[in-house]
Amino acid sequence: MSNTTDPKELPGADPKTGERAIDPVSGYDTTGHDWGGITELNTAFPKIVIWALIVTHVYAVIAWILLPAWPTGNSYTPGLLGLDQGEQAIEGYQNLTDNRQNWMSRFESAEFDALQSDDALMALAMPAASRLFADNCAACHGTNGEGGPGFPALTDNAWLWSGDPEEIALTLHHGINTEDPDTRYAEMPAFDWMDRSERASLAQFVADLPDGSVDFESPAGILFTENCSSCHGEAGEGGLEIGAPSLTDTSVIYGQDVDTVMATLKQGRMGVMPAWSGRLSDAEINLLTVYVARLGDDAGDPQ
Amino acid sequence: MTASLTVAERRIGLLISILLALMGLVMAAAAGHGVMSLHGFMALALGLGLAFILGGSLYEAEAPADRLSRYYDAPTRFGISMTLIWAMIGMAVGVWVAALLYWPEGTPAWPATSFGRLRPVHTTGIIFGFGGNALIATSFHVLQRTSRARLADSVSPWAVLIGYNLFCVWAVTGYMLGSTQSKEYAEAEWYADIWLVVIWVTYFVLYLRTLARRNEPHIYVANWYYLAFILVVAMLHIVNNLALPVQWTSAESFPIWAGVQDAMVQWWYGHNAVAFFLTSGFLGMLYYFLPVRSGRPIWSYRLSIVSFWGIVFFYIWVGSHHLHYTALPFWAQTLGMTFSIMLLVPSWASAGNAIATLNGAWHKVRDDATLRFMFVAAVFYGLSTFEGSFLAIRPVNSLSHYTDWTVGHVHSGTLGWVAMIVFGAIYTIVPQLSGKTDMASATAVEWHFWLAVSGTLIYVISMWNAGITQGLMWRAYEENGALSYSFVESVEAMAPYYLLRTIGGGLFLAGAVICAWNCRVTMRRAVGHATDRPLVAQPAE
Ligand code: HEC
Ligand code: HEC
Repeated sequence: MSNTTDPKELPGADPKTGERAIDPVSGYDTTGHDWGGITELNTAFPKIVIWALIVTHVYAVIAWILLPAWPTGNSYTPGLLGLDQGEQAIEGYQNLTDNRQNWMSRFESAEFDALQSDDALMALAMPAASRLFADNCAACHGTNGEGGPGFPALTDNAWLWSGDPEEIALTLHHGINTEDPDTRYAEMPAFDWMDRSERASLAQFVADLPDGSVDFESPAGILFTENCSSCHGEAGEGGLEIGAPSLTDTSVIYGQDVDTVMATLKQGRMGVMPAWSGRLSDAEINLLTVYVARLGDDAGDPQ
Repeated sequence: MTASLTVAERRIGLLISILLALMGLVMAAAAGHGVMSLHGFMALALGLGLAFILGGSLYEAEAPADRLSRYYDAPTRFGISMTLIWAMIGMAVGVWVAALLYWPEGTPAWPATSFGRLRPVHTTGIIFGFGGNALIATSFHVLQRTSRARLADSVSPWAVLIGYNLFCVWAVTGYMLGSTQSKEYAEAEWYADIWLVVIWVTYFVLYLRTLARRNEPHIYVANWYYLAFILVVAMLHIVNNLALPVQWTSAESFPIWAGVQDAMVQWWYGHNAVAFFLTSGFLGMLYYFLPVRSGRPIWSYRLSIVSFWGIVFFYIWVGSHHLHYTALPFWAQTLGMTFSIMLLVPSWASAGNAIATLNGAWHKVRDDATLRFMFVAAVFYGLSTFEGSFLAIRPVNSLSHYTDWTVGHVHSGTLGWVAMIVFGAIYTIVPQLSGKTDMASATAVEWHFWLAVSGTLIYVISMWNAGITQGLMWRAYEENGALSYSFVESVEAMAPYYLLRTIGGGLFLAGAVICAWNCRVTMRRAVGHATDRPLVAQPAE
């Protein structure tokens, strides 16, 4: 037999039309339809397809019997298993919470010292806290709490407010500059009313603050004392726990180079730290509080 | 275009073009500013351009009188060109957004190029631009050949193709300017949707009129599939896009559906876009081009009938499998799941029928890259429909949903099945319409085939890995009930897969570019028309 599949050349085919009763390859006859050369075989319906149809339909019918399936006007067929996806979700969540509750319930109390001194508890809880931090806080504060432009580092023990766990918990509950009625509030006012030249000298002064090469008797130093010390501390050392950062350490939120400080002075700053009370449970907030406090502690004192 | 029209037809075309220009002018003037006015200007420019071309040719030589004894292939040729242009645009944007997932810092500081705006440019460019043009162009070809009749008239095929492409351009430019209905695969705003309805009805009427003139006693199954595509897409498009414009002069609207009903309508539409846009029409393509290219009869007439009705009936039900474990009632999810399972057999029957059709032509599959495209398409059709039914099972879905597994599944369908059958069809049609037997470069077809297959495999396999990894990471808990991974860790774990996916997509794109080049060269070297003819010349109108 030749290798051709041209219908006209196949044995038994009419050499002009290519029509033939039997397809020599499969041995089936054609249906007799012909669309410009396309024909169809009259193949018997394959048994396996019938079986497959039966199997899939049986699966469907069993599912309809067991599960909620067909609407019946105002209701639906509930299925023999009586499943309800709302209940299932609550149950599944409950099971997980039960596992966690053994240790998580400890964090319902805000006795931070006691919690922190329990090493076994910390070993169990801190890995969980790091995931909680990564899921909720890392987007702003960095994967490891290292901060970034506009978002303070939480690792360096240099605090806007305080590294004291009670204070951290307060920040987490109510946020900073949020809609929460008990929010912390801190604004760096704009000094756009000042002369540009004064702002420039101040900016230079602030940029030089960390290495201490400044003179508080200079015009810029006097400007600083008059305008800034009330919030940032006598010598810019911060620590007043009103949300104004120290300007003498190396940790920065926005930046302490001349250009960034110029921008800070021109437009003011009012960073927002969201309030978490509505989103995280009290235990979770306490867990994160301990985690953040330890992040700072691990870093030791700021220079 | 104009050379194939009579003077009377050119006059009608001129009139329609002027109306289009007027419509554009009214839109632009009424909206005054913003996306809608820009779209008005586009329509105005298109209408004026067409009027200019048609008006300028009013007194040129008439189309030859013997045209009525030939098939009308000029629109198909134009449609194929648009298919290839959209393929390159859509795939290039796809590769770019894939790269952005690996390299988000690469996003330019220009809002129009943000990921969120470019992603629908990719999906619309591919589904509607590439897929839609391929469907319309091949449907004209298949319809005429299997009816042994010329298209019912010469103006409406152009109206359909040009109008349809205007819709596509409106859609993608709108997204880039931030105009969207936020419905997947139905992002285009209300006036573009209305425009598409007008085009689609024209298309449907043209199809039916031509079918009615057929010189064959029976309607070939490919036409059934194309008709199902046209009819059901019209229904889906209208129902899902029902919306109230905020005002008649701007590109904003509110859907009339709300809440979980909206979600259900959206995914009823979304999945049936897969079914009737991305499956039914392409099955029509497969049912025509596979037997033509392989020279083999369709393996089983009965199977093709059962598959057709099975697919049409079962698909309509399955959209709710996109909403497992959501606010959608459990019973609706069960129905979506079970109908997805029952759908598997008709789907596989089609794939099996196609593959069995190749019995007796395997040596051609080996030697002919074009036929190999179709073979691979049938295999991927089988794979992705199996995967689809599998993913629709609720507990499986709880692992796969919201992961890149879904993305992998879609692309095993779109790259492996839809695009492969389109390329098979293109490589069959383009030489034929150019009066030739072969493409300009057979080597290029071979290269394209291997680029496409390797690109698809790399893409799909990396997304399977990515999706399963994500699913497992998200649901992993420690013994103490705490999550084992943060979300960010699951994102970081994606980096190698996203890189691989970009490479796979890049290979696929490279193949498409080669195809476009090859088609262009072949069309440029065209020597006359397709040689096959209708059974009876069409009476002049
Ligand atoms: C949307 C961004 C954002 C997110 C998310 C966020 N923070 Fe903050 N956070 C800030 C900003 C901004 C500040 C500084 C506010 C200011 O400038 O006054 C801040 C300040 C803080 C402070 C005070 C630091 C100090 O020095 O006193 C703590 C503690 C803190 N965040 C912890 C957290 C924790 C824990 C989470 C996760 C539950 C979190 N943050 C999530 C933006 C964020
Ligand atoms: C009313 C209190 C207040 C006064 C007065 C004030 N600041 Fe501030 N300053 C703040 C607060 C609060 C912040 C933190 C703002 C934030 O995080 O969004 C801040 C932030 C800054 C920063 C940004 C630090 C960084 O790490 O990026 C600089 C620089 C600064 N202040 C300089 C000054 C200078 C210079 C003056 C005097 C001209 C001044 N501030 C006066 C409250 C004040």
